[in-house]
Amino acid sequence: MARKYSKDHEWVEVSGKTATVGITDFAQEQLGDVVFVELPEVGRTVAAHEQVAIVESVKAASEVYSPLSGRVAEANKAIVDDPAKVNADPFGAAWFFKLELSDPKELDALMDEAAYRAFAAESH
Amino acid sequence: MSSPRPTLEQLLQHDDFARRHIGPGAAEQQAMLRELGYDDLEAMTAAAVPAQIRSARPLMLPRPLTEREALDRLAVYASENRQATSLIGMGYHDTVTPPVIQRNVLENPGWYTAYTPYQAEVSQGRLEALLTFQQMVMDLTGLDLANASLLDEATAAAEAMTTMLRVGKSKSHRLLVAPDLHPQTLAVIGTRAERLGIEVVVADPMKALDGSSKDGGECFGVIAQHPATDGRLIDVQALADKAHAKGALLTVATDLVACVLLTPPGELGADIVVGSAQRFGVPLGYGGPHAAFFAARDAYKRQIPGRLIGVSVDRHGHTALRMALQTREQHIRREKATSNICTAQVLLANIAAFYAVWHGPEGLATIARRVHRLTAILAAGLTKIGCKPRYQQFFDTLAIDTPAAEAIFARAAAAGINLRRLGPAALGLSLDETSTPALVTLLLDLFGGKQSGLDLARLDGETPDAIPAAQVRKSRFLSHPVFNLHRSETEMLRWLRRLEHKDIALNRSMIPLGSCTMKLNAAAEMMPITWPGLARIHPFAPRDQALGYGRLFKDLEDWLKEMTGFAAVSLQPNAGSQGEYAGLIAIARYHASRGEAHRKVCLIPASAHGTNPASAQLAGMEVVVVATAEDGSIDLDDLRAKVEQHRARLAAFMVTYPSTHGVFEAEIKEITDVIHGAGGQVYMDGANFNALVGLARPRKLGADVMHMNLHKTFCIPHGGGGPGMGPIGVAAHLAPFLPGHVVVDNGNGTDGAVAAAPWGSALILAISWAYIAMMGPHLKRATQVAILNANYIAKRLAPHYPVLFTGQNDMVAHECILDLRPLKEASGIGAEDVAKRLMDYGFHAPTMSFPVAGTLMIEPTESEAKAELDRFCEAMIQIRREAAEVEKGTWPAGDNPLAMAPHTLAEVAAETWTHAYPRQVAAFPLAWIQHDKYWPSVARVDNVAGDRNVVCACPPIEDYLQAAE
Repeated sequence: MARKYSKDHEWVEVSGKTATVGITDFAQEQLGDVVFVELPEVGRTVAAHEQVAIVESVKAASEVYSPLSGRVAEANKAIVDDPAKVNADPFGAAWFFKLELSDPKELDALMDEAAYRAFAAESH
Repeated sequence: MSSPRPTLEQLLQHDDFARRHIGPGAAEQQAMLRELGYDDLEAMTAAAVPAQIRSARPLMLPRPLTEREALDRLAVYASENRQATSLIGMGYHDTVTPPVIQRNVLENPGWYTAYTPYQAEVSQGRLEALLTFQQMVMDLTGLDLANASLLDEATAAAEAMTTMLRVGKSKSHRLLVAPDLHPQTLAVIGTRAERLGIEVVVADPMKALDGSSKDGGECFGVIAQHPATDGRLIDVQALADKAHAKGALLTVATDLVACVLLTPPGELGADIVVGSAQRFGVPLGYGGPHAAFFAARDAYKRQIPGRLIGVSVDRHGHTALRMALQTREQHIRREKATSNICTAQVLLANIAAFYAVWHGPEGLATIARRVHRLTAILAAGLTKIGCKPRYQQFFDTLAIDTPAAEAIFARAAAAGINLRRLGPAALGLSLDETSTPALVTLLLDLFGGKQSGLDLARLDGETPDAIPAAQVRKSRFLSHPVFNLHRSETEMLRWLRRLEHKDIALNRSMIPLGSCTMKLNAAAEMMPITWPGLARIHPFAPRDQALGYGRLFKDLEDWLKEMTGFAAVSLQPNAGSQGEYAGLIAIARYHASRGEAHRKVCLIPASAHGTNPASAQLAGMEVVVVATAEDGSIDLDDLRAKVEQHRARLAAFMVTYPSTHGVFEAEIKEITDVIHGAGGQVYMDGANFNALVGLARPRKLGADVMHMNLHKTFCIPHGGGGPGMGPIGVAAHLAPFLPGHVVVDNGNGTDGAVAAAPWGSALILAISWAYIAMMGPHLKRATQVAILNANYIAKRLAPHYPVLFTGQNDMVAHECILDLRPLKEASGIGAEDVAKRLMDYGFHAPTMSFPVAGTLMIEPTESEAKAELDRFCEAMIQIRREAAEVEKGTWPAGDNPLAMAPHTLAEVAAETWTHAYPRQVAAFPLAWIQHDKYWPSVARVDNVAGDRNVVCACPPIEDYLQAAE
C-alpha cells in the first residue's frame, strides 16, 4: 500500500492490520542531526494524535504523535542505539514503531504523497 | 590657552562615576552622533524613541554620589547590620570563604563578568569548573548525575516535585511531604504545586505510606529532608523502599557537609537529591546568592531541570566541554517546557567546587568531623546540665525541648548568638565550620543560666560520635585527581588562573550579546559584597540585626519605583524567570480575589523569549500565541482577534519592551489598552529596560507588573551564568499579591513565596544600589548612549550585513539584529560560522539565532567606548570580506577560515598546515590582533557527538593529558 502522511510529519505504511510508523525526510531535515529517540513500550494502547515518542536533535526536541489508533506491536530499538539512522534512512531502516490497528478507517484522514509534499512546502 | 576657571561644583566631580561608567567620552559621542546625522543626544533620542512613550517628568533621583561617598554610605548600612553568631541553620550556615578563592574568583572580573557558557570554545575554564561542581555533587550525594546548579534549595525541591511527576509511572497528582522539611522549602513547594493542580499532603511519610495514618493513598512522589530541619536523622533506605513499593519516587533534601560523614541518600535509594551548596565557602549574604544542587538517577537526564555540562570532542577530536541537551531548555521548549528556569548560580557553584578542590576529601572530612564532634560534645554537655537534646543521633543540628526556651533565647541573643525557635518550649541550633570550643562552652553556660564548669577536653574523651554505625559513610568521594592536586596556595592560584585564562570575560573584550546587557560591573559596585557587615548575616536573623539591609532595600525599592512608575516592588525573585513567575502569580491571585479565577489565558507574542510561555505554563495559565507582523512588530489585528476570542478568560498579556527585535513599537499604549479593555493584565518583560530608564516609565505604557533584571540593567555581573536578580514592580492593585515569606515578615504576608529567602539574593542588591546611587539622574544619559552605541554599530555594519528590523526614522533601540540568512544562501556561511570566527578576533559572539533563527543580535551597552565598537565593527567587516572570498570560490565551502573557526594555537603552530588559507589569516586576520591575541583553548565543539553520548562527569585525567600533547 502507498505511504500515507500526517500533518505532524509522520509517515505510515500499512500491511494487513499492521502499520509501520516513522518520521518523514522533511522532518529529519528540519531537526538536523538526531541525537536521541524515545519509543513507546510494546503493548501500549495508543489513540490517534496521542504523543507516543520523542525525537531530539541538537536544535530541537519534538514529540512524535501516533497517526492512528492501535496497540504498539514493535519498537525499533536500532534507532535508540544509533539515532543517526533517523537522518540517514527515515523511510527505511529508521522506522519508529509498528501498530496493530484498531480502526483502519482512520487512514482515510491522512494525506497521500502529493498532498503531503504541498503541505510540507507550505510549512517550510 | 587657559581654560575658564571651573566652578566648585565641577571640581567636586559628582558626575565622575557616570563619566567612567559610560564608555564613549563627549568627543566620541559627538563623532558617533555626526555619523548618524544628529547634533546631540537629545536629537538622536527624539528620532529613535516615539514621542508618545516618552516621560515628560525627569528622573527624580538623589544627586549622584562619588565612589567614595557611595562606599561610605554602604559602610554605614553594613555597620547598622549586627553580625551575630547565627546558629539558626535551616539551610544557611556560616562558612569560611578561602581567601585564595575570595580574591581570585569572587573578587575577580575574569570570573564574575563572564556570560553563560553558550559559546563553549571561549568558556572552557568555567565549564571545567562547573563539571567539577557536578562531579562533587554526584560524589557527595551518591547519585549518577548532577546539574550545574539551581537558584536555591527551595526552588530545587519544587523542581524535584515536577520532575518526579514527569518521570514517575504513577498517575496520581498527590505529593507526600515530610513536615520536617525547612519551612521555606515547604512554602515554595506549596506555591508551585497550587498552580499545577498538585495536591500536597504534609504528613509523616513513613506512616502515610504504610497506611497507618489517614494520609495514606497513592502519591507520585515523596519529599523528605535528611538530616531533618530539627536535626533528626531519618531512615532513608526504609523510606525509599516504602515509596518505591507504592509506585512513588523519593526526593531527599540534604546537606553536603553531612554527606561527608553520613551514607548519602543516593546510596540509600533516593531518586533525586537536592540541597544548597552555600556552606561550601559561599557567604550567607542575608539570603543569597547561593548555588543549589540537583542530583538524580542517570535515567532522568533528559528530564531534569537546569543546565547540564557535558563532555564532547572538538574538531580535532580533543576533549572539549559544553552545555549538553540544551533542547530541554525553555527558550526552545517554550510552553512545552517543564521548567521556566534555565539560570544557574554559576559563580557560586564554582566557588563551592573550588572549596571542595581546595580542601579535598581529607580536608572536608576534617571539617565535617570537627563540626560533628563539637555538636556531640555540646549535646553531651547539655545532657549533663539537664537540657537533654530531643534526638541522640544527629549530625550538626540539635533540637532542645525546654520550658526555659524563651529565657535561653534571650540570654543567647544578648550574648550575640542567634538560636532557632522551634516552638514555645523548644530551641534549635546548628554548628558550622566556624564554630569553636569557646562557643560550645558559652552555649552550655547560656543554656544552664550559669557557668557549667564542664571540661570540654574531658567531655571530648568520653563522648562517642552520634551517628549510628549503620549510617556512617563507607564509600569514597572526590577521588578524581582534580580534588587531590591543588593543595598549596601557589598551585591553587595558578590552576584558577589557568581556567580563567581560557575564557572571554568583560575584562578582555566587549561581549555584544543582544538581550543580555553586558555592561560594566564597576569595582566600586562589587567591593561591598565581601564586607562582613553584609556578607555574614543569616537570612532569618531577627530584623533588628539587619537594619542596614532594611535601609538598602528601601532606597532601592524607592528608586526602582521612581524609574518604573510602579507603586510597589518585591525584591524576592532570584532571576528574571522567577520574576515572571512571581508576577504572573500576582496576576492570577488578583483575578481570583475578584471572583475571576477562570481568567487563565495568557497571550504571548511569537517573538517573545521562550521563558515567557514557560513561566505562564508553570503559573497554570494557557498560552495563546499572538502573531508577529512582517516588520517584526506585534500583529495588532491578530492581537485584537485573540483578545476577542478569549475575552472572558483573558488573564494576561506578556510583552517585552522595547521588543525582543530591538525596536520601540509606537503602538504599545494602544496594545495595553486593548488588553485592559478586556479585563486582562499586562506583564512587561523588563529584559530590555536598559533602553527605557529615564526616557519612559513602564507603568505609563500600561504595564501592571514588570520584572527588572538587575544583572542586566543594574550592573549585577553575570557571574558566568548566574547569579541574577529579577525583582518585580507592580501597580497598586497588585501590591497585595506580592510574594510573602513564611519565616520572616517581608511585608507581604506568608503566601506566594517563590524563593527560599525573603529578599532573594539580598547581598548583591548592594551592587545595584551602588550603581544607581553613583549614577543618579545620569542614568538617562546611560540609556541614551546605549541607544547611540547600538545605532552606531547598525549604521557601520548595515552596508555589510542587512539590519533586520528598525523602528521610526530607521533607528534601532539599544540592540540590532543582523540577518545572516542571505549570506548563508549565497555562500553556506551562517550565523554560527561568524560567531565562531569572532573568537579568532578575540570577541565573544553576539546572541545567535534569537529571536530569529539565522541572525546575530548585537547589544553594545553604554559602557563600550567608541574604540572598542570600532574594533568590533572592523572584525565583523573583515569577516564579511572573508565570506566574500568563499562566495567567489577563492576558498572552498568546507575549508575556509570561517568554517574552520575558531583556531587553536596548537593547530596554527603545528608543523604541517593543510588548510586552503594561510596560517596568518587563521590567527591574525587584522593587524591589531597581534598586540593582544586570544587563543581559544579548543577548536569548534561537536555538539552532536556530545548529545548522542551524554557524559556529565569529569573525564579521566588522561583525557586532558592527551589533549595537551
